[in-house]
Order: sequence, then structure tokens, then C-alpha cells
Amino acid sequence: MSERLSVFKTYKLYVGGKFPRSESGRVYEVTTRTSAAAAAGKGKWLANAPLSSRKDARDAVVAARKAFGGWSGATAYNRGQILYRVAEMLEGRRDQYVAEVADAEGLSKSKAAAQVDAAIDRWVWYAGWTDKIAQVVGGGNPVAGPFFNLSSPEPTGVVAVLAPQESSFLGLVSVIAPVVATGNTAVVVASEKSPLPALSLGEVLATSDLPGGVVNVLSGRTAEIATPLAAHQDVNAIDLAGADETLAKELEIAAADNLKRVLRPQPVDDVDWSATPGTDRMTAFLETKTVWHPTGALGASGSSY
Amino acid sequence: MAPASSSAPAFEYAPAPESRAVVDIAPSYGLFIDGEFTEAADGKVFKTVSPSTEEVLSEVAEAGEADVDRAVKAARKAFEKWSALPGAERAKYLFRIARIIQERSRELAVLETLDNGKPIRETRDADLPLVAAHFFYYAGWADKLDHAGYGANPRPLGVAGQVIPWNFPLLMLAWKIAPALATGNTVVLKPAETTPLSALFFADICRQAGLPKGVVNIITGDGRAGAALTAHPDVNKVAFTGSTAVGKQIARTVAGTRKKLTLELGGKGANIVFDDAPIDQAVEGIVNGIFFNQGQVCCAGSRLLVQESIHDELLDSLKRRLTTLRLGDPLDKNTDIGAINSAEQLARISALADQGEAEGAERWSPACELPSSGYWFAPTLFTNVTQAHTVARDEIFGPVLSVLTFRTPDEAVAKANNTPYGLSAGIWTEKGSRILAVANKLRAGVIWSNTFNKFDPTSPFGGYKESGFGREGGRHGLEAYLDV
Amino acid sequence: MPTTAPAAQGPVNGPVHGLADVTASDSTLRRLLHGLPGVDTVGLEARAASLGTRSIKTTAKAYALDLAISMVDLTTLEGADTPGKVRALGAKAVRPDPTDRTAPATAAVCVYPDMVPTAKEAVAGSGVKVASVATAFPAGRASLAVKLADVREAVTAGADEVDMVIDRGAFLAGHYMKVYDEITAVREACGTSARLKVIFETGELSTYDNIRRASWLGMLAGADFIKTSTGKVAVNATPANTLLMLEAVRDFRAQTGVQVGVKPAGGIRTAKDAIKFLVLVNETAGEDWLDNHWFRFGASSLLNDLLMQRQKLATGRYSGPDYVTVD
Repeated sequence: MSERLSVFKTYKLYVGGKFPRSESGRVYEVTTRTSAAAAAGKGKWLANAPLSSRKDARDAVVAARKAFGGWSGATAYNRGQILYRVAEMLEGRRDQYVAEVADAEGLSKSKAAAQVDAAIDRWVWYAGWTDKIAQVVGGGNPVAGPFFNLSSPEPTGVVAVLAPQESSFLGLVSVIAPVVATGNTAVVVASEKSPLPALSLGEVLATSDLPGGVVNVLSGRTAEIATPLAAHQDVNAIDLAGADETLAKELEIAAADNLKRVLRPQPVDDVDWSATPGTDRMTAFLETKTVWHPTGALGASGSSY
Repeated sequence: MAPASSSAPAFEYAPAPESRAVVDIAPSYGLFIDGEFTEAADGKVFKTVSPSTEEVLSEVAEAGEADVDRAVKAARKAFEKWSALPGAERAKYLFRIARIIQERSRELAVLETLDNGKPIRETRDADLPLVAAHFFYYAGWADKLDHAGYGANPRPLGVAGQVIPWNFPLLMLAWKIAPALATGNTVVLKPAETTPLSALFFADICRQAGLPKGVVNIITGDGRAGAALTAHPDVNKVAFTGSTAVGKQIARTVAGTRKKLTLELGGKGANIVFDDAPIDQAVEGIVNGIFFNQGQVCCAGSRLLVQESIHDELLDSLKRRLTTLRLGDPLDKNTDIGAINSAEQLARISALADQGEAEGAERWSPACELPSSGYWFAPTLFTNVTQAHTVARDEIFGPVLSVLTFRTPDEAVAKANNTPYGLSAGIWTEKGSRILAVANKLRAGVIWSNTFNKFDPTSPFGGYKESGFGREGGRHGLEAYLDV
Repeated sequence: MPTTAPAAQGPVNGPVHGLADVTASDSTLRRLLHGLPGVDTVGLEARAASLGTRSIKTTAKAYALDLAISMVDLTTLEGADTPGKVRALGAKAVRPDPTDRTAPATAAVCVYPDMVPTAKEAVAGSGVKVASVATAFPAGRASLAVKLADVREAVTAGADEVDMVIDRGAFLAGHYMKVYDEITAVREACGTSARLKVIFETGELSTYDNIRRASWLGMLAGADFIKTSTGKVAVNATPANTLLMLEAVRDFRAQTGVQVGVKPAGGIRTAKDAIKFLVLVNETAGEDWLDNHWFRFGASSLLNDLLMQRQKLATGRYSGPDYVTVD
């Protein structure tokens, strides 16, 4: 008996809760990244990934903007439940991601498994943050007058996220989860050379009750996709994690046109995606809204203070 | 307006000018660098005038790139010791400064009114008390930073380059310098070209307080000095308050550097009045929202969104109220509306108002006689304004209110948010749930419900969208000056 | 804004017609009164405080002091009042400053009903009015019959003005018709000669919303004046509650064409305070109210401070209590 011929997966983008091909109709080859393969100049062919165009970026922004009202308006509890659901779904497909990460990053099965486990745990970590961050960074302000004054964090809006180039899955999750935990919606540019785990993540997100459009995943040339995103007037912020120094500067300049919030890339040597993240990646994409209201007195008689 | 009423009113307030004698302005001032007043390297100077009379108040040094560099070096030199000082010691310097400001508040209020053109009533009752309060507030933080929520022993950034506008010269200085010093940074601050004097008086206060040399450096000059400061490679932090256009330019300048940036920019605040509003207080809030400081306020409520069902009634009340505003000598204690800060700003306001008229909006001002010298603009309303009108979209930064209508809360929110800005908004309704629902949906950093234009050092202030980023005031304001 | 000239008005107001349907029952009245715009406490008080920072100097101050003197309802409302006390008060009202005949007379003397004849005699021929409190002042806790008898006694004795108190209990219980009916009955008992001031005892109404509602209720029922307080409770006239009532009379005239006066009473003791109230009048209701036909101060000790300030202004030196009369 001959061995069964396996079914290849056609990797597609994840935009607005759907899995479209690139508008460009173009794909690019994704290969393994073992050091041996690197030495030989080329890895083993894994799949063809969509080569996203600026129009794909535009469509993704439209989808993210459309999803923003509902997602930012959902209760923090609800967002936490959904993020936890993402972890549950990932846990069930752990083996798939271990394989994809091993291929993508040239890791052993056990090292890849550690990455995937950490990524799953990261979703759990951020799931727990959704209904706590407002208490940590917001609060009442004791103004010197008869006013109730409360500062609350609110999501910035649509965030373009350039996923880290090296850490194709743990790094990816580490930049997406904080953005959406707080109610932002994201347009994610996957690692250019290792986009497959990111594209597969769309499949999990699509089955985790996460509303379509909250996370949108594009694959292709980072610079090509990021440039229109950085200049896009309906994008509110950009995470430059996956940009090199030159690209980061160009994008930061472009982002100034509508004063996007910019999270600059950390120097590559400093990145340890397995460390506990802290709140910085959440607060980078939060606005502080302060609401004043008179308190006054119970009565006009002056005796009720 | 009251003083210009045609028939002699029965109760005409006699002039009640605040005495100028309390302030002694020198004929010339140098740059304050490393604890000394010095001339600009190239000896250049410029004049600062009183906007209400066009009288030259003084001549101040115009900083060039060499001076900026010298100031940054002085701040860098001072940084090591200043940042190493125990927080409690830094706190005491700031407390000293706060106290001296209180002691000299009448002098500073008169000075600010002379240099800026705003009424003494505002400098005396709003600007100066808030300036002192801001230093008191951040003084208390200096030795408590471990508890601020930014981790243990958060570190300062280094040298802060700060550029401030002319609308609240001393208050904006306080918003910049107080948190910077509390957190252990040293500063180079550039006041606006048209209002340099109060910052130079502040330099003297630093001297009286015994602040170590180089911790605060004040350089006067125009936009070029500001640009040189924000671009200086040895500046670690840039803080700017001013126009959105310049803010964008600064964002481009610092791109690709490690400089931390906070921007406090323009606005086109919507003041939303529902039909169940406390009308008399709403009228006061509208007036305060757009005519406080002649409307030269980034968070001004420059768009009045009024529910159609009470449009006529509210407009009648508002117009009646505007006839009681008193425009004139800013030093008169009864003056409500002072002078526009500069000829340039007056020209901009006039051009935008003319454009509003040309685009078909209906223009109204109370009968009003403007003084013959100085820069003046009568309080102005535009009715029949739509979202498409320039006066509804562009920040005018003057005493010009655009009145638009809405029918439902949804429409009010949609119109309020329909702007690239997102600094402030007002909500007027007696229905609590509506306040919360609308406040929740407005994309703006400060929401005043049933009040407007309230400020407090404990309350974070700053914008969404193109109104800038970062917060000033409160615990949040520390973040801009900490390496976190 | 209608420009109803004070002269065009009759001597007294009556119940306002054309609004008959709203005065049909407690519930229709409630709908009207509770439909009035709400009052934000902080905003109202801030506005009153802000107007209090107006600086009134030199000629403006001279004008304001004389105006304030002419608006005083010089009041004695004590159990210990005697004809002698009331006669002295009357003399003081007619000629407040014996050393300076240019000082204007006060608007009225305000006494209990049994002292009205004495007061009339004391001010006869001077133009100074006699006002009498009535309706079981200050508590207002008596039957309508007793209250009306109280009013009739005062009017019969020649009172030019009647200062009635409303039934605060009824008002707070939502029995607006009862309050309305009582005011209209008193209005009728006042006849066509006496002007009616309706006292709300704002300190007992407690909220600014209530004060605005009471103001409209009183005006609808035919008040010639609305008045803050009896002077007998902890909180009497304040800049804020007077500002609110000035807004009410302004709005009422705009809607009905009927002008109603305002009288803050109790707690105004200094010339400085009185001038602040005049600023409130000037910048809220406007100059039509800057006349003692439309604005009064219910006060006793205020007059001497006004006189001392007046002397200071004339002579340039500070005066003292020995240079004004104590009556």
C-alpha cells in the first residue's frame, strides 16, 4: 500500500473574521528556518503564504474599525472570557502549533513546545487583565473643589501591530493579546519569513467567539504592508516590534501625520518574550479619559455638607 | 457689552484697575542658563509687547543654536547631582518654589496680564492659584515615586526639553517643570515668543529658592529655538504644548531617537447641551467654555451642540448673557474679556471668522466698542453652522463659538466625535445615566459634565487623536518624565 | 426680552391668567414646576461667587450705596417690639443719616401687623412704605382663616405691603395647590392697594430646585415680590438663592410679560454684601430691577453699615458706630 498523500493547507489571510486570499492574487514561498537550511541558503518549502498588498492593509483597517465599537464596548469580563477561550482552543491544537513553530523557527519539538505553552499561558495572563487594568491605571482624583473626578483608561482604537520577526508565535501572541485585551482592534503584520503560525492563529481566533475584525492577520513583506498602515489616517497607533531601526524611523515619521501612538521596537538583544510582560504593552495603547462632575451639596441651605 | 451700551446704564462700574506698581519689569532680560542671566551668543534680542496697548514691556535675548546647546549642557551637568538627590530634598525645593509663587502671586498675576493680555480676574483667580497648586502637588510626589505604580525606584529620563505656548504662560511652565523636577530630571524650557516674561520671573524664583544651578534653564526665542531644543541630540525627553501642526513636526523630529515624547495640542471641543440641561448653568458653562482667556484655550468648548428643541431659547439666553460681558483693560478687575495675545493671532481669528461668514454661517456679536490700540476681538457667535463649515472644523483659538444642533444623543455623539481632535467635551443634562452613556462614547481626554474648563493638578489632562498624547497632571503625569 | 416698563404695570399683580390649565391640580402644577430647568448647585454658587468679585469703586460705589439704602425694608420683628421701638425705626427710615440730608430714605419699614398703625404714623408723609409680615409669621403654621385675618388686620391698618410666608410643609409634601390657593387667597385679602411679598423660607426648602419651583408657584399665584426668608432660620438670603430668584423673575417676565420683584432678607449685614447683591441684580435681571419698586433688602443692621460706608466715601476717612444712630 502506498503511503497516504497528505492534504496541504492553503494559508490565507484573516480579515474581518473571514479567510480571504490576498487581493494581489500573489503568494510567496515560506520555508523552514533551521540553521542548516540557513547555511544552505534556503530551507525546505513549507507553504505559499499570501503576499498582502496595500489594499489588503486598507481592507483590514476597515474591518478593524468596524469591529472597534463592539469590542471596546464589550464588558471587560466578556473580553476576558473570550481571551481565555482563545487559550482553550489553542490548547486543543497544541501539537499543530508545536510543529509549525518548530518549522518556522528551526526549533526542536521540545523547545517549540515551550514556546507554544508560554503563548497559551500568555493568553490566560491577559485574559485575567481585562477587568483589572482599569483599576490599576485609573481611579478617582481628589480635586480641590466640589467635583467628582474619575480617570479611566480607554482603548486607543485601531492598532497596527508589526509582529516580531524572530519569535513567530510567542512573540506574536505577546504583541496581539495586550492590544486586544484592553479593547483595541488590531491589524497584525505577521513575521515576514515565518508567517504560518500567525495565519493559523486566525483559525483559532475565528472559533473563540472573538468577533470578526478584532484581530486581522496579514502576511507578506513587512515594509510594504507597514508603510500604508503607518500613514493610514484611520489607524490610531502602531506597534513597531517587528521593524528594524531604519524601517522603524520611517514608520514613526509617517505615523506623525495623524499623531499615532507609537510603540518603538525594543533593541533585539533586549527581547525576552518568555519573561512576564508587565503592563507596558497594554498602557501603550490606552488613552486616559477624565470625567468631571459637580458634587455640590444635598441642599441649598448650607447645612447639608 | 456693558461698557459700550448706547444709553447710559444705571449701574455703570467705575474703572477698578489693579496697580501696576506691584511689578517691576527690567528694560532687558537675558537667557537663564546655569543659574545666570546671560546674553545670547550672537547678542540678538527681541521685544515683548503688551497686547492690550502695544506698549513695549521689555527686550529679551533671542536664543540661537549655540545658546540652546549651552543650556542643554548646563542641564546635563546638573542632572547627575539633581537626580541623585534624595526625593525628600527635591520635594523641599519644589515646596519652596510653590511658597514663593504664592507670596509673589499678585506680582506674577499683574505681570502675566501685562504680557499676555488676559484679564487680571483670570490670572489672579485661575492661573496663579493653579500654578502654585501644581508645584505643591508634584513636590509631594518627589519622595513617593516608589508608590506611583511604575515599579520600585523609577528613574528619571535626563534632560527634558520643554516648549510651551503663550495662552497660559506660567501655568504651562508649571505643568512642565513641576513633574520634571519632582522625578529628578533637569530642564531647558522655552516660553512662547510673545510671552517670555513670567518664565524669566520664574527663573528669579528658582534663584530665591536656592535651586541648584542648571536644574532649570530658560531660553527665550521663537520657533527656531524651540526646534533646536527638540532636535538637540542630548535631550532625553521632549514635552510640547502648542499647535497640532508643530506637534506633528516635533513627532517627526524625534522619530528614530530614544527621546520620550508627550504632546499637548489643539482641540475643537464640543459642548453638548441637552434639552433637560440646567439651562442657567449651561449658559455659564458655554460662556466659560469659549470666552475664558478669549477662547485661546486648547480645550475650549468651541463647538456648541444644542438639542434642536431648545435651540432658540438657549440662544436667546446666551446672547443676553454675552451682552453683560465686559471687554477692555485687562488690568481692570471687572474685565471679563481681555486682549488677543498678538497681532498674528488676531489676524488668524479674523480670517477664520470672515471665512465663516463667507461660507454662510450667521455671525453675531454683542454691541461692543473695541479699544483703539492693542489686539481685540469681540465675542462672536456663529449660528446656522454645519459640520462642513470651516468654523466647525478648524481650531480658531479665539472668542468664536460655532453653534450646531442635534436631535438625538446618538447624533450629538457622532457630531462631537467627528473631528481629528479629541481633547475636551462638555455634557449638560440633568439625567445621570445620559451623562455616563455620552461620556463613555465621547473620544476626548477630558469630559466636563455640567461644568466646563475645570483644572486641577491631581486631574490628568491630555488628548485623544490629533490632540496629542501623554497626560499632564496627577499620578499619570509622572509617567512622561520617568524611564518606564 | 419684552421691555415692560415698571410704570406700565398696575400697582399690584394678580394671578397670572392664560395658565389656568396648569393650576388645575397638584399634578398639573407638579408637571409645570418639575418641568422647569434644573439647577446645578455648584454652577449656581460659582456664578454667584464670581459676580461677588466685581470691584465696585468710587462713583459706582456711591451710586450703589444710595441705591441700597433706598431699597432697605428696615425691619424689626421681635417679640419685644414696642411702639417706641417702631417709632424710632420709622424715624430712622425717613432720615437714615441725621447728619446728612442727602442720604435717601429707605423703601419701607417692616413690622408685625399690630405695629402697623404706629409705623404708619411714624413715616406719614415721607413716602416710606409700611410693610407688615402676616400669615402666622414666621412659621406659617395656622389655619387659612387665621392667616387671612392676620392679613386683613394689617391691610386695614394701612399696610402698603404684606410679607406672607408660604406653608413649607405643604410645599415639601407636594401639595402645590394648597400653597397656590393660599397665596391667591392672601392676594385677594391684600386688595388692590397692598403689594404682596411671598416668603419661601428658602433655608427650609433646602434645594435650589425647590427654590426655583417655589418662585414660579408664587409668581403664578400673583406675588408682587418673591422673598427668600423670614430671617428666623439658620440660612437666610444668600447670593446663590437670590441669584436663582433673579433668574426666575427674569424668565417669568420673558414668558408672561409680568414683572415681579425680589427681596433677599436676613443675613445681609454689610455694605459690601449689599453691593454684591446689586451686582447680581444688574447682571442677571438687569437694570429694570435696579429700583426699590422691584428690589428690596430685608435687613436691620445693614442700614448703618451702608451709612458708615457712605460717610467714608464722602469724607475719605473710616466712620465708626458712634457716628450713625442706633435705633
